[in-house]
Amino acid sequence: MNILHDITIAAPESLLLAMGLLGVLVGAVLKNGFNSFSRLFGALALSAAAMLAAFQIGSDPAYAFNELYRITPFLAFTKTVAFGVAAVALLMSGGYLGREQMDRFEYSLLILFGSGGMGIMLSSSSLMTLYMGVEMLSLSSYVLAAFNRESRRSAEAGLKYFVLGALASGLLLYGASLVYGYTGSTQFSEIAAAESSIGLIFGMVLMLIGLGFKASAAPFHIWTPDVYEGAPTPVAAYFSTAPKIAAVVVFANIAFTVFGAFEESWRIIVGIMAALSMLVGAFGGLGQNNIKRLLAYSSIGNVGFAFMAIASGELYGASPTLTYMTIYVLTTLGIFGVVLAMRRREGMVEDISDLNGLSQRKPGLAIALTALVFSVAGIPPLAGFLGKFLVFEAAIRAELYWLVGVGIIGSVVSLAYYLRIIWAVWAKDAAESFEATDGVVRLSVYGSAILAFPVLVIWITWLNNLAMNASPA
Amino acid sequence: MQLIAFYILSTVVLLSAVFVISARNPVHSVLWLILSFFTAAGLLVLIGAEFLAMLLVVVYVGAVAVLFLFVVMMLDVDFVELKQGFLNYSVIGGIIAVLMCAEIIFVASAVGAGDISNFDPSPGADTNAAALSNVLYTDNLLLFQMAGVVLLIAMIGAIVLTLRHRTHIKRQKVEDQTARHRGDAVSMVNVQPGQGIDTSDSERGATS
Repeated sequence: MNILHDITIAAPESLLLAMGLLGVLVGAVLKNGFNSFSRLFGALALSAAAMLAAFQIGSDPAYAFNELYRITPFLAFTKTVAFGVAAVALLMSGGYLGREQMDRFEYSLLILFGSGGMGIMLSSSSLMTLYMGVEMLSLSSYVLAAFNRESRRSAEAGLKYFVLGALASGLLLYGASLVYGYTGSTQFSEIAAAESSIGLIFGMVLMLIGLGFKASAAPFHIWTPDVYEGAPTPVAAYFSTAPKIAAVVVFANIAFTVFGAFEESWRIIVGIMAALSMLVGAFGGLGQNNIKRLLAYSSIGNVGFAFMAIASGELYGASPTLTYMTIYVLTTLGIFGVVLAMRRREGMVEDISDLNGLSQRKPGLAIALTALVFSVAGIPPLAGFLGKFLVFEAAIRAELYWLVGVGIIGSVVSLAYYLRIIWAVWAKDAAESFEATDGVVRLSVYGSAILAFPVLVIWITWLNNLAMNASPA
Repeated sequence: MQLIAFYILSTVVLLSAVFVISARNPVHSVLWLILSFFTAAGLLVLIGAEFLAMLLVVVYVGAVAVLFLFVVMMLDVDFVELKQGFLNYSVIGGIIAVLMCAEIIFVASAVGAGDISNFDPSPGADTNAAALSNVLYTDNLLLFQMAGVVLLIAMIGAIVLTLRHRTHIKRQKVEDQTARHRGDAVSMVNVQPGQGIDTSDSERGATS
């Protein structure tokens, strides 16, 4: 095998890991002098990786590294989105980290390495590569969740994430070993061609549970609200965007391509996970006052909708999964930008009531937030509605009517808490004003709000076509 | 000849393993453990896996067992007290032991049913070091490199979560030490009888 050829195929991840290692060296030499520059460095590396991945959307599927690594347009598209939002999330974190005395260059490096792991996890073509990629992403995520050493809640978030994540990794590994034992191969192509057996199905279910945990699908979602609340806000913003779309697409990719022959077996499991996620996301969010916890429940619910598309099967569900998650992460990034802007003189505030009367104090931010929240809720002219529409369409085509029913209940109930945010912003009396928002954060909020607007039906169609073309071959 | 060696080595492995758990002195336990590692390495040589045998000696005897010895000697653990609950767990421990024995017998009989005479300790290469390195550095190069990155992440994580640069503690600064001149530290003072020294001058290193 030719190593240079392999590296060109795995170019985005190779670049990310190389830049990460370079960052370690530069950080060791410059020490604290690298702290603020490291974010720009990381964001540049991530955008370059996103561009490299974007070039691969058009090319044919290819293998690399002795068939351990595989790239398809579907995966290249996901990587483009994931690396792109990771870059924005990294840039957005600047002001927060500086003010909270957490500005250390390791933050950027962990996001770089984690994104590299994300890419390899997406592109895995063997059980071993999958596991290594998942671990690379998870390990850096645990550290990021506990990044604020001064805060007990951050430490709690890190520990909780670590313990439950280790359990999920164990389930994934146990499932993988069963699959290997019953098929005799770790290669996805050979597992896909293997004969069905009870041990293989058992292993498949365990693997799907492990991956479902990483995507925070109910009933494996319990860590999500605590981790989002305890972790520093920019870390929660990162968690709910790049790793989220990567985890959902890995789940879809494993279900579609590796266990495609057992679609009838996993459809009901994924369907139940989807239904539970939508219900937990809708009802769990009702009583929340902390906006980060609320967003955690919102993300559980949205993963449920993506899983509904996956449960519809590869034929109908592949491109809606991708379109839905892309729209969701782009919107969520903007909402987290608003959360990052919720800063008073005494520090960060996180309650929904702190948004009271935002429309009088910062009308621009209020309009953007309204658009973003309505988009996530799925109100018609906005991007989020189109995502939901495509998902429901897929489920109806696959004749999953019960799931469609649960989805409608989930949408309607979750509308209640989305409207609560809007109500606080527009109808309540003004609370004390926020401090000035960082430029990057403001730019990301407005950018993400513009992407949520109907003018961009063209954008959506383009996205959907791209996602459609990128569906697994 | 090989058969005799096999029986001798396996007897020693089993006996030393028994002594590991029955020895009263924990240091003796570790020494018995080292003996069982050595004899297990001998068993590996018998099946032709000489590289793994050397690895077992280097890694387990050379590093792990020595680490055990350090831990046993450094930590003041009362092993007699630890062993007091031994009987409480003997029932459940016995059940697990029987289950594991049964599993090993099942697997061994399943493997033994096949033809093991054409067992190849170094598939696709002349020596088993070459066979192992082919798997590790050629076939699974990506995984090997990724394992390195995962370990690096773990290291960065441990440092980022625990390392604190305290300002009030004194650290050794090698470059400052070597760049120091004699004049910075020592001053020659010509002390007159009965005059004493003016200590405030000694900081500047001035000779009056």
